[in-house]
Amino acid sequence: MYTLRFALFFIVLLLSPTSHAALEIEISGGSAQQLPLAIVPFAQVGSPSDNISNIIAADLKRSGMFRVLETGGVASRPAEISQIKYPEWAALQAQAMAVGKVEVLAGNRLNVTFQLADVLKQTQLTSMQYNITPNQLRTTAHKIADVIYQKLTGEAGIFASRIAYINKVNGRYSLQVADADGENPLTMVSSKEPIISPVWSPDGSKIAYVSFEKKKPIIYVQSLSGQRTVLASFKGNNSAPAWSPDGTKLAIVLTYAANSQVYTINADGTDLKPLTKSSAIDTEPTWSPDANWIYFSSDRGGKPQIYKVSSSGGEVRRVTFEGGYNLSPRISPDGKLLAMVRNDGGKFRVALQDLTSGQVQVLSDGAQDESPSFAPNGRVLLYATRVAGHGALAAVSADGRVKQRLNESGGDIREPAWGPLIK
Amino acid sequence: MNNPTWNTKLLSTLVMALVLAACKSTPMVDKPAAVEDKSPAAAQAATKPAEATVTADTSPVKEVVIDGNATASSNNPLKDPNNILSKRNIYFDFDSDAVKAEFRPIIEAHAKYLLANRSAKVILQGNTDERGTREYNLSLGQRRSVAVKKSLNLLGVQDAQIETVSFGEEKATAACADEACAKQNRRADIVYENE
Repeated sequence: MYTLRFALFFIVLLLSPTSHAALEIEISGGSAQQLPLAIVPFAQVGSPSDNISNIIAADLKRSGMFRVLETGGVASRPAEISQIKYPEWAALQAQAMAVGKVEVLAGNRLNVTFQLADVLKQTQLTSMQYNITPNQLRTTAHKIADVIYQKLTGEAGIFASRIAYINKVNGRYSLQVADADGENPLTMVSSKEPIISPVWSPDGSKIAYVSFEKKKPIIYVQSLSGQRTVLASFKGNNSAPAWSPDGTKLAIVLTYAANSQVYTINADGTDLKPLTKSSAIDTEPTWSPDANWIYFSSDRGGKPQIYKVSSSGGEVRRVTFEGGYNLSPRISPDGKLLAMVRNDGGKFRVALQDLTSGQVQVLSDGAQDESPSFAPNGRVLLYATRVAGHGALAAVSADGRVKQRLNESGGDIREPAWGPLIK
Repeated sequence: MNNPTWNTKLLSTLVMALVLAACKSTPMVDKPAAVEDKSPAAAQAATKPAEATVTADTSPVKEVVIDGNATASSNNPLKDPNNILSKRNIYFDFDSDAVKAEFRPIIEAHAKYLLANRSAKVILQGNTDERGTREYNLSLGQRRSVAVKKSLNLLGVQDAQIETVSFGEEKATAACADEACAKQNRRADIVYENE
């Protein structure tokens, strides 16, 4: 088992293009049915920047759904479909191939064209053209990867989406936003006091989070453009924000009355309503995608378990029964799966429960794994793990087969939150 | 037999074995499967490129920097290291919110100060060790701050002068390896407003 794992890891290393990603990604498993795909290096007309075909290839490889073929042995470098000599690519076993071109236009703009071809049928599957500024090149590469993924799998791609997380460096906390591949990290807010529990608004324009800058937990909402407002600063703790699917409300946790209880509040801070009423801890609320239910964790039964309540209040129902300690519920975008953190014999791990059958599968293999967050297409979960004594991000496919680790050197990263799909 | 974890492990081993086998053989022997265009817009895949704009997601992120504003103080009894009021930490046993007798003198001193200074306000901050999730520990820490509040209440301090909050595990000493370290994290801190 260990030899296999090591051997595979070594092979993946050999195949991976050399990159200096802010967050390194390691694939330690793969899907059995990987579609062979060729990404021809894009023609660069007067553009000295990195070839975006590397970014596209890395995205698709990381999804575990594709076998991205080495194209170095093929003599031709088609930049558009009319230039493709199909037999060369059929010989490489490519079933689909992407070709493209980046041209420098007047006024510091770039024109990116891209076409996806079916090698066997020798037909075009799709094509796109982007007129962008140079700093939009990475994003455009992710968008092209999304188009290829969507075209070949029928599902939405997640490469152009963004992730948020908390990073602690030299005793200072910062809320950072990065591309889904961990590149291009940008700091939204930093403080010498802790920042926790970031969550994206459903439209991806804002993040709600908890900051301790006023010596107590207060919930803030901040737009990516820097506008920052207090959502909840009631007496006691204000924490665990969770947006409703339509973005008009949030579920939050207050100790206003006494112990931690779940409330709902409008996104503008009005209309605070209590949702749960118990003498126990009720916390970590999250909405079902249909907005009908709010799942939360509670120790009302003695040990912490996941419960649910109608988002308009009422009777509370227990959801998890397996294991003595289940926390941090998150519902998959299709509403069928519950991700959580469970104490698995002293190890905290990410587990997935099928809400129909009740069957539970443990997905992660660390000792302090926390904060599961579904990718917007539900295929992958991002979570926090610990590597060599510091916090790092990891991702696992919802079927448990593809695992990735994202490491940023020097940082102590925790509490990832995957943002919505970029249209 | 029904252990899903075990099944997953077996499955991933098989998958790895398959991938390895595929790597050893030449890719030429792979029997190609047809590329299926499953997208609903397949029919519209015309030769004419579709225009797309890149907008919102590349919008620049503006950083907000928060800096502390500690107030300097001289001859303040709360800051005088020789005054018991400078002692602010109440420690707890594992999984307990019971205030131990050894911390009574500290709580009594602060109660006396609060009763003599009715405009003074304290924030009681509960803390936990690192075990468990951040939000859950935030709630657990709250129980400890409430325990100290109840002690102050019994000594006559009104709720109007007290706020109970929790830092959960956020102020825990990073990566405690032993109990001696972890016990430092299971505490409630007494902090005065505006200090």
